[in-house]
Amino acid sequence: MGRRNIPEVNAGSMADIAFLLLIFFLVTTTFQEDAGINRKLPPMPPPGVTPPIIKQKNLFTVLVNKNNDLLVEEEIMDIKDLRKAAIEFLDNGGGTNEKGEPCTYCKGKKDPESSDHPNKAIISVRNDRETNYKTFMSVQNELVGAYNVLRNREAQRLYQRDFTEMESVVADPQVDESVKEDLKEKMEVIKELFPLKISEAETNN
Amino acid sequence: MSKFKKKKSGELPPVSTAALPDIVFMLLFFFMTVTTFKKDDYKVAQDFPYADQVQKLDKNDPIIYIYAGKPHERYQKEVGAQAKIQLNDKFANVDEIKDYWFNTLNNDVGQEFRYVAITALKVDGETNMGLVADIKQQLREINALKINYTTRKGEASQNYK
Repeated sequence: MGRRNIPEVNAGSMADIAFLLLIFFLVTTTFQEDAGINRKLPPMPPPGVTPPIIKQKNLFTVLVNKNNDLLVEEEIMDIKDLRKAAIEFLDNGGGTNEKGEPCTYCKGKKDPESSDHPNKAIISVRNDRETNYKTFMSVQNELVGAYNVLRNREAQRLYQRDFTEMESVVADPQVDESVKEDLKEKMEVIKELFPLKISEAETNN
Repeated sequence: MSKFKKKKSGELPPVSTAALPDIVFMLLFFFMTVTTFKKDDYKVAQDFPYADQVQKLDKNDPIIYIYAGKPHERYQKEVGAQAKIQLNDKFANVDEIKDYWFNTLNNDVGQEFRYVAITALKVDGETNMGLVADIKQQLREINALKINYTTRKGEASQNYK
């Protein structure tokens, strides 16, 4: 009798099966990646300690009420003017920092009525319980934007590249560690010049 | 002399489809490797506000997620239409956040990340700040201070449409 030829398996429908799987994965794939605004919450104050008193001129108050209106330094303001106002406040450099050094890199008006030094300048965001989250985030976005403008300016002056660009390079997992270390050091220097000081006070009802 | 004579009739030979499965498989493997399945089923609206001054969160960072927003319509009969917090895939109250945070830290993230873990607040744009403030207060009390407000990339002016 001998051996019989095994019939060849028909592979014609393999493409169909592969297509089916392909379409399934095509549909379920999302390339969405998480991004957002990083923030550090203030730690709980130890009991019995009163918070230090901050001079009014070093405080930039942004109030958002329940109708989502903005009150910046006791004046009604449109959100598109907020970034400019914040830059003016942070970059003022009217006085000295804790060590008594004047702000040599500030390009502001040196108004004695406004902030002393970027090191001392604090932006305080206060909101109502009924404030919309969207509005709050827009305000945060503008304030972070103000810091980024100033930090970019300093990064350009010192290292001829943008701070935000360095930030994205450091966040890239494919970049070499040694490059990152170098950039992180540079970023620390710039962060020292314009430390991010945005306080989110407890809401008032 | 007729070595180069054309075959009769100008018909094109049929295109070979033998390599088609290979191409398809290649695409298939690509999508199989890049696909990540959603961790939790959202029971609340997740329409984030727009922002352009954002920092990316890497998937490998130690992240703990907290969702908040208005419940989807099919859950509104049970829990009402007010904005709620969602932890894992359950609705939760504000006071459950602390337990959830430590549970996730110990089981999924790793205890060594106690002070570097980022809490991602995935809050819907149409939520009142009161709820967000409550969440933040809870996180402050357990000293989980690194947070990230998840946003969509885009001009912030789109928030007012």
